[in-house]
Amino acid sequence: MIYLQLFLAFLQIGAFSFGGGYAAMPLIQAQVIDHYGWLTAADFNDLVTIAEMTPGPIALNAATFVGNQIAGIPGAVIATFGVILPSCLFVSVLAALYAKYRNLATMKEVLHSLHPAVIAMIFAAGLKIVVPALFPGTGAATAVSEFSLRHLLIFLGALFVLRKWKSDPIKVMVGCGAVELAYECAARYLF
Amino acid sequence: MSRKNRIDPESADQNEKITAGAATAAADSASQTVDVSSLPRGYVLRKLFTSTLYLSAFTFGGGYVIITLLQKKFIDELHWIDNDEMLDLVAIAQSSPGAIAVNGAIVIGSKLAGIPGILCAVLGAVIPPIVILTVISGFYAAFRDNFFLHALLQGMQCGVSAVIFSVVWDMAAGTFRERDKVNLFILGAAFVCNYVLKVNVVFIILACIGVGLIRAVIRGRRSA
Repeated sequence: MIYLQLFLAFLQIGAFSFGGGYAAMPLIQAQVIDHYGWLTAADFNDLVTIAEMTPGPIALNAATFVGNQIAGIPGAVIATFGVILPSCLFVSVLAALYAKYRNLATMKEVLHSLHPAVIAMIFAAGLKIVVPALFPGTGAATAVSEFSLRHLLIFLGALFVLRKWKSDPIKVMVGCGAVELAYECAARYLF
Repeated sequence: MSRKNRIDPESADQNEKITAGAATAAADSASQTVDVSSLPRGYVLRKLFTSTLYLSAFTFGGGYVIITLLQKKFIDELHWIDNDEMLDLVAIAQSSPGAIAVNGAIVIGSKLAGIPGILCAVLGAVIPPIVILTVISGFYAAFRDNFFLHALLQGMQCGVSAVIFSVVWDMAAGTFRERDKVNLFILGAAFVCNYVLKVNVVFIILACIGVGLIRAVIRGRRSA
């Protein structure tokens, strides 16, 4: 029974979270804390922190985290299945329609008008990550005293490497992490 | 041994010619896409699975990061999808419910190999979060407060944003080259709505679909 509940709760989260991770947050909260009481508010805060620190979408991380706590690994798998099932159905249908009608003049015009919006939103996503990284501690661009020149240099260095040598982005990302880690360790143990 | 030596220079020469020819052909088609249906199906499916698995395992910072990485992989590296079509696919992934990373894997899987492609891509995208979170949920307090991990993640955030900016750079260059005034306006307006006004992505996409339909009607009247 608990498996069915997990499945249905995460099915709803998957079906109604339009607009990505942060749109899913209130839905997860409503199901997991308010409706079923599977997590406390403090647990949920931990979950959000961990989801931000680990790879993968927050909805999937939440599914695994809650599923594990409630019903072990089978619970995690079932909750994850529930959260991705609506996507699989909805997106597959849209993708099939797109493949069929993409060459219609009207469709082309619509897609042509969508392209700049997609680019703008990806750019906005980049800013949402870089601003807290450059202004650590506050998470806002208002506190000038919190500005981290070191992070700006890492960012610019990474951008340079990517543009100049077309390096594997994952390696660049891990490299940036290693640079920061080396600095923090040096600051902590050497000075 | 001696016989082999006699033959070798000739065949080496031939090989060189062939590889040189292939190289120029590859250079010619560098901007074109590879016809994926001509590739062995098992290879395409395997590549889909390993790509989404690898990217999902290392992608911090949410759905858009994995979308930009998928773009780099399938446009710049493999040339399996062209830039315009990729933007269409991303728009579909964004306007659908659910995690954007999973939706992105689905559209790409579906485009490259139909339903088996969807299954392989989704499986690859889903396995890393399940495994990592399962391992961590056992000792998450220690994980959350770990000094080294925090430093590593802080640095990786800078790298992640550099990757996103690099991809946006390439894509926006295309839009600016078109000199389409309406599209430049959409670029700016969508950015302000999303970043400053925090409008939900779905409404921005619906508005752009509206603009596109109006433009299609206007064009239809003009040509009539």
